[in-house]
Amino acid sequence: MSLDTSKVANSNRATAATPAKPSKLGGVAGWADERLGLATMAKKNLRKVFPDHWSFMLGEIALWSFVVLLLSGVFLTLWFNPSMGEVHYEGSYDQLRGIEMSEAMASTLNISFDVRGGLLMRQMHHWAAMLFIAAMMVHLLRVAFTGAFRKPREVNWVIGCVLLLLGTLEGFTGYSLPDDLLSGTGVRAADGFLKATPVVGSYMSFFLFGGEFPGDAIIPRLYIIHVLLIPGLLLGLIAAHMLLLVYHKHTQWAGPGRTEENVVGFPMLPVYAAKAGGFFFIVFGVSAIMGGLLTINPVWKFGPYDPTKVTAGSQPDWYMGWPDGLLRIMPGWESVLFGYTISWNVMIPILIVPPLMLMVLIMLPFIEAWITGDKREHHLLQRPRNAPTRTAVMVSLMTFYGLAWAAGGNDIIAIKLNASINQITYFMRVAVFVGPAIAFFVTRRWCISLQRHDNEKLLHGYETGVIMRSTEGGYTERHLPISEASAYTLTARERDEIYTVDGDTDANGVVAPGSRVQAVRASLSQKMFGHNVQKPTAEELEEAHHHAEHEHVLEAGLDHPADGHQFDGHSDHTVEDAPLRGH
Amino acid sequence: MRLLNRSAGRISRHRRGPVAGLAVLLLGLLMTGGLYTVFAPAQAQKAQSDTELIEEGRKLFLVGCASCHGENGEGIATVRDGYLKGPSLVGVGAAAVDFQVETGRMPMAQPGQQAPRKEAAYSAEETAALAAYVASLAPGPAIPSEADYSIEGLSEEEREEAIVRGGQIFLTNCTACHNFNGSGGAMPRGGYAPSLKGVESKHIYEALLTGPQAMPNFSNGNLSPEEKRDVIAYLRSLETTPEYGGFGLGGLGPVSEGLFAWLFGIGGLVGFAVWIAAHTTRTSKTHPIEEGAEA
Repeated sequence: MSLDTSKVANSNRATAATPAKPSKLGGVAGWADERLGLATMAKKNLRKVFPDHWSFMLGEIALWSFVVLLLSGVFLTLWFNPSMGEVHYEGSYDQLRGIEMSEAMASTLNISFDVRGGLLMRQMHHWAAMLFIAAMMVHLLRVAFTGAFRKPREVNWVIGCVLLLLGTLEGFTGYSLPDDLLSGTGVRAADGFLKATPVVGSYMSFFLFGGEFPGDAIIPRLYIIHVLLIPGLLLGLIAAHMLLLVYHKHTQWAGPGRTEENVVGFPMLPVYAAKAGGFFFIVFGVSAIMGGLLTINPVWKFGPYDPTKVTAGSQPDWYMGWPDGLLRIMPGWESVLFGYTISWNVMIPILIVPPLMLMVLIMLPFIEAWITGDKREHHLLQRPRNAPTRTAVMVSLMTFYGLAWAAGGNDIIAIKLNASINQITYFMRVAVFVGPAIAFFVTRRWCISLQRHDNEKLLHGYETGVIMRSTEGGYTERHLPISEASAYTLTARERDEIYTVDGDTDANGVVAPGSRVQAVRASLSQKMFGHNVQKPTAEELEEAHHHAEHEHVLEAGLDHPADGHQFDGHSDHTVEDAPLRGH
Repeated sequence: MRLLNRSAGRISRHRRGPVAGLAVLLLGLLMTGGLYTVFAPAQAQKAQSDTELIEEGRKLFLVGCASCHGENGEGIATVRDGYLKGPSLVGVGAAAVDFQVETGRMPMAQPGQQAPRKEAAYSAEETAALAAYVASLAPGPAIPSEADYSIEGLSEEEREEAIVRGGQIFLTNCTACHNFNGSGGAMPRGGYAPSLKGVESKHIYEALLTGPQAMPNFSNGNLSPEEKRDVIAYLRSLETTPEYGGFGLGGLGPVSEGLFAWLFGIGGLVGFAVWIAAHTTRTSKTHPIEEGAEA
């Protein structure tokens, strides 16, 4: 149903309007639209609305650092030679000249010292990888803390968790490619982890390395995993992640005019195209500054890998730091079963706890949905304080992660803080259990206190800082009501419903099927929501406002500013005079 | 030449002056004494002063060292079996004393897991006296001379080879504790391998030779004197090579890299995200949007 625009006047004046000459750009767009049908798609998507909040841009950091990784990675592949063939290094770096090393290492040195801009690209690639995974994690925390993983976004949460796992594996394979002393030590560790698997360990190790460690197959294999397999999976999953984002529409914070049915924000074009495009350049710039100014992985100092050598400060990149930390604090437990050694000391920190943690992470939205029994869609975010148990669980997991992570740097902590590495290890062995429990308790009570504070603000207004003295000589602080918008925002949350089981048995005393599971669910629901502070009811609000008015009537006799407040902006003495603040 | 003639002429004018004889006498004495010290048979001189030096060192030792190492450097055991207040110094040699005292590790300020490097307590002469005394207890490694740890005498090509060889020896024998960059590392129970940055070549050589504290002893049979020299040459070369990658982040490996990625990288980018989100089409300083949307 297209209009013939050549006959439509573009003027209301007396003289006849002439159709404007179509612009060249319009001509090109028309040509393309007639063949690709872009206009319909663009019309919808260019006007797509996104809400504005800084925390919604954390995932974008990950996306843009992934783009930086693709760009710099392609550059590196042009010179990197993933081969374990032995060569004598004859490049520009004096300290290693003539040393026998693999071609992978030699080409890494070549990129670092003899390819123009090579070292910058190597360091940018490595820094961007660090930022990529870090950004995924802060994005994950934002999603979890705001309850954005509730229906309908559970699947996208799972995709995000898989992206985090793949990003970590991608980082590990990339870190291993230069075949320097540090990465070789890491590959040796990975070999040990494989071999710690009961029964199939040695087979898996031989399969991966094509024989006994190190062999000459591992670098080419890691290379193809690093440049083809995992990036392909990452690209596909990132596409799925973002398509789902577009399909679900972005979540938003509660506020006036924002409901579960709409999205309030700015359109893709021009606002978000500019913001997101600009953010790409910022991420690129930060990676470039880091790559240009901060040394990362100086492979020339490590030298080529040699199983007989090792260096102090051998650590994986930060994202593998927490399993490494668990490994470092794990007591050396082993047991022998039918003549076979079971290495609990490696299995528990590497093969059991990290996959378990990932499973817990993936299951979080499903566990929560099962306890609440909530089948509704949620597009308004929850403030962390309004889900005290979830917030506490996340802080507890973060504490566990952080402690394990710190344990991974125990040697650096020891030399930098003049501490004993043994004492740090003993401390961490206890702290990884006690710390998360303390963190859970403190966070939950903190959230509940904040909820109480919100109710105070709703019922009694905000603290003005104006101290009033009554005729009896008593002092009170004057409270003023918060703005309508703030009150709306604070009350735009649902009341928590605690699930209860009506009764285990029916009238005939027969136990209802599945009632034990339901009882567990009810008890979890009670534990999760039982202590939460619910928002005041309409009657309570009404009552509070009535009370406040009464107070103001009592204070009305004061028709002059409180003494001492004439000049400080706190001279308002009636409610009507007071500007409503955005509290 | 003319200038020389003229000044010679000036001096000549004073040859019959009242102090000329005294001046010539003094000059003659100075030259005799000076030449004697230069050309005197060293052995005779040394033998003479060694006994004095040892005696002087013994006195210093009795005051500053004997309370832990014993009056004759025999070491003092504690009540607990296997623990020492101070180890025996018989046979540790002058090199060990020179290292421990010149780097300030000895005398210890307090008992501890490890004696830290600090300001030296003794002057060079006193250190030499102490070293001479301890060396007199039993044969041990002597203080190395500069020729032992310097590659100055080698040709350009030999120097380069020495550095490359030294690097490999360093990575094989030293990095496990001292780290790939010589930045140091942690040892059990509060001990540590100290940083090698800015440590004098002589002290590194002596440490290799004598194995102070937790460090193993790299005897000449283990690492030949040339190999020790090469390790030092490699470390010196690391100090003179620029940091190609930029700021080195302490040369500590991935831990400090991770710290920077989070603090500088993610910290900065989240800051930018806040900045971008705060600058929106409707935001202006005079009329902030009335929204209660803050977290």
